[in-house]
Amino acid sequence: MDGHEHSAHPAHLAHHFSEPAQQAESAKMGMWLFLLTEVLLFGGLFVAYTVFPAWNPDMFFNAHKHLNVYLGTLNTFVLISSSVTMALAIRSIQLDRRDVSIRYLVVTLLLAAAFLVVKYFEYSHKIHLGQLPGKFYTFTGIEGTNPHVFFSVYFAMTGLHGVHVLAGMSVIGWVLMRTRRGELSSEYYTPMEMTGLYWHLVDMIWIFLFPLLYLIG
Amino acid sequence: MHMSQQNKTNTPHVLPLQVYLGTAAALFVLTVVTVMVSFVDLGGWNIVVALAVASVKAAAVGLIFMHLWFDRKVFLVIFLAGIVFLTIFIGLTMLDTMRRGDIYQISADPIHKNAAMYDTTAVTTDTIPAAADSTHSAANEK
Amino acid sequence: MNTIPEKNFLNATRGWKSWLFTLDHKRIGVLYLFSIMAAFLVGGVFAILIRLELLGPGRNLMEADTYNQVFTLHGAIMIFLFIIPSIPAALGNFLLPQMIGAKDVAFPRLNLASWWVYILGSIFAVISIAMGSVDTGWTFYTPYATETQTSVISMTLGVFILGFSSIFTGLNFIVTIHKMRLPGQTWFRMPLFVWGLYATAIIQVLATPVLGITMVLLILERVAGIGIFDPAMGGDPVLYQHFFWFYSHPAVYIMILPGMGIISELISTFSKKRIFGYTAIAYSSLAIAFISFLVWGHHMFVSGQSQLAATIFSFLTFLVGIPSGIKIFNWLATMYKGRITFETPMLYALSFLFLFTIGGLTGIFLGALAVDIHLHDTYFVVAHFHYVMVGGTVMAFLGGIHYWWPKIWGRMYSEFWAKIAAAFVFVGFNMTFFTQFILGSQGMPRRYYTYMDQYQPLHAFSSVGSWVMAVGFIIMGVYLFHSIKRGRPAGNNPWGALTLEWETTSPPPTENFVETPKFSHGPYDYDKNVPERTI
Repeated sequence: MDGHEHSAHPAHLAHHFSEPAQQAESAKMGMWLFLLTEVLLFGGLFVAYTVFPAWNPDMFFNAHKHLNVYLGTLNTFVLISSSVTMALAIRSIQLDRRDVSIRYLVVTLLLAAAFLVVKYFEYSHKIHLGQLPGKFYTFTGIEGTNPHVFFSVYFAMTGLHGVHVLAGMSVIGWVLMRTRRGELSSEYYTPMEMTGLYWHLVDMIWIFLFPLLYLIG
Repeated sequence: MHMSQQNKTNTPHVLPLQVYLGTAAALFVLTVVTVMVSFVDLGGWNIVVALAVASVKAAAVGLIFMHLWFDRKVFLVIFLAGIVFLTIFIGLTMLDTMRRGDIYQISADPIHKNAAMYDTTAVTTDTIPAAADSTHSAANEK
Repeated sequence: MNTIPEKNFLNATRGWKSWLFTLDHKRIGVLYLFSIMAAFLVGGVFAILIRLELLGPGRNLMEADTYNQVFTLHGAIMIFLFIIPSIPAALGNFLLPQMIGAKDVAFPRLNLASWWVYILGSIFAVISIAMGSVDTGWTFYTPYATETQTSVISMTLGVFILGFSSIFTGLNFIVTIHKMRLPGQTWFRMPLFVWGLYATAIIQVLATPVLGITMVLLILERVAGIGIFDPAMGGDPVLYQHFFWFYSHPAVYIMILPGMGIISELISTFSKKRIFGYTAIAYSSLAIAFISFLVWGHHMFVSGQSQLAATIFSFLTFLVGIPSGIKIFNWLATMYKGRITFETPMLYALSFLFLFTIGGLTGIFLGALAVDIHLHDTYFVVAHFHYVMVGGTVMAFLGGIHYWWPKIWGRMYSEFWAKIAAAFVFVGFNMTFFTQFILGSQGMPRRYYTYMDQYQPLHAFSSVGSWVMAVGFIIMGVYLFHSIKRGRPAGNNPWGALTLEWETTSPPPTENFVETPKFSHGPYDYDKNVPERTI
């Protein structure tokens, strides 16, 4: 540890950084780069998404009608709301309103859970009907060639997104614990800010998934 | 103790509550709009409108909730880089997937034989033909 | 009389835990160095086995199925476990903070995580080998990769995990370079090795996630039969190739860009001359990084992709040669009227100039659509990529190893044996691979277990070349390891170079510099000051 800093050396400042601003900005840049990798990861699935509907426009149109637009819309509202509460949680800690921040985090978690519950109902309905990806597909009500391709794409994209919702929930939970322990404040709230960025990206991806899967023309 | 130029940052920018609530309201309204538009048949334009609305919503989340509008530009550049390269990926891949059948048209076209070597008219090699000599004008078979 | 500093990063703390759980970027660099050297050894053994099998037609050492596994493992191990991490993770980790006057990288724990993830990914690769390994070629093309009974899943899982290691390194380097330079060290006063690492890191962050999703989709295809690459189920096997090469083409620039960065350092130091065209070299690194994402379809000219796509990819491929060409000209111009000395690192740099030019040029040949129709999947391609990967990256890596070895260990190796080894490696390499250009243009296909008699003399010659190369590497291993404990102490600056790492001790202390350095001169200001060599 270097002892020749003449201003207070905050406990959260790592030894290889010279000041908190450098550390905070570095964390933010690192998180944005990580989000960039997530964009490219989901991007691969978006490529599959553009290629297959372009080859089978009628089948995709017919297949998508079997998705429940109302549940999809509900989930969109739920996830957007969770983004709002996450942003407000960060705003509250910026203003040192720790208890308010904690409450917003809890609501965010509940909304995320609600999203997964709705997805659970959607998935179990499809499993029940045999609308499954690839070789597990047994449903017979959709016109067009290879209707299972739509469900392969649907489960791959919403499944990967769901995994990210779960991961996001764990991270939010961890940040919640740290806030309750008093480790975050207006002076240092980087972990919550970074979690927020991640959560907003999860929301953004759903903002695109929703029309592409549920609202095809 | 050194203060590096590259680490200047604003003191944390606390946005007013109205900005968050206003953005949230806009997102809800746009969601309703996009669902309602999907019930109207616009043909090929449905997907365009849906993606346009989604892009506006995503921009709102990115610029306001994720603070890209208020932070240093480098973070916006990083995010947009992802979009740019994703576009390259999708675009060049579709150049392949959407134009696979072209080769059948190309190989179905007859071969154009304009080169002199295909000219089957008898040629005398000891005299140079006069300029106006019609035997060697380009007798184009098609 | 040089001495090894009593307290340095190697002995500051003791015990295996202090190494396996270290946060010191230099120790992480050393951990990576030993790991990739082990991977190179394993991949090299597979290479020798390939060349032994190909000494003559028919069965020599193994059955055809085994041969398929051997070349697959040679490729997968060399690419994913050796060459992609090599320069950034082993040398970059060690040097980057020192070159910018920092105490460590931006995220030391992420750095340690990247090594542990590398080890985890390697374990999966080893499991795959133990469980019947893979015989698809390192490219895992569908439909064969979906159907073969070999253990594809553990290998693709291994590759998926290794991808994260690469992403963590790239992410760390980008933030470190943006945020942790010394005051006064502006972008255009950084060493060019740092520019090389920066451009590489950008590719790592952008391209590797696509490899990730490709491996996931391949696993889903095998396990769940989702049908995305299966024509019988409405899928498309060529789509797999788009996904795979969108990463794997930029990946080859992940391999070469750090090497080019090293060459800039070596040419400048051993010509004692300011690098010619610094700005052009810096921008060309970024240009290569960008254009590398536009050309992946040149691996797919005969796969059935559309005529239009093939034509456009061929055209774009020619563009990517331009920035590389600019670098070669600039390095040559740097040497012109320099005070050139021929120590081992410089020998490797000169080898690079010659061999990479051949490799790059033959890449342009292959980029011409009409030519590639004939040369695709022949030994011409094998020769091309070995010239760029071995003649390029590995030569640069070896040059870097020999250049920075005294900084890492504080001790110098035997220059005599180093030159002998370099000669064996250079001669052996050309024997092995130049022959393959000829084989390929005569029609010898790649990945073939046997061949017609007319190819036998060249194949045999190529195999002998592989033994000559192996001798070179064995000699290298011996004198390098010997020098760790027994070499002459090298002092701070054995080469008289100007970049910041040479201002601290060899080996450096844990915090890199006893006092934070002041940025006072550019990395190539040899016209203003030539530092004295300490050995």
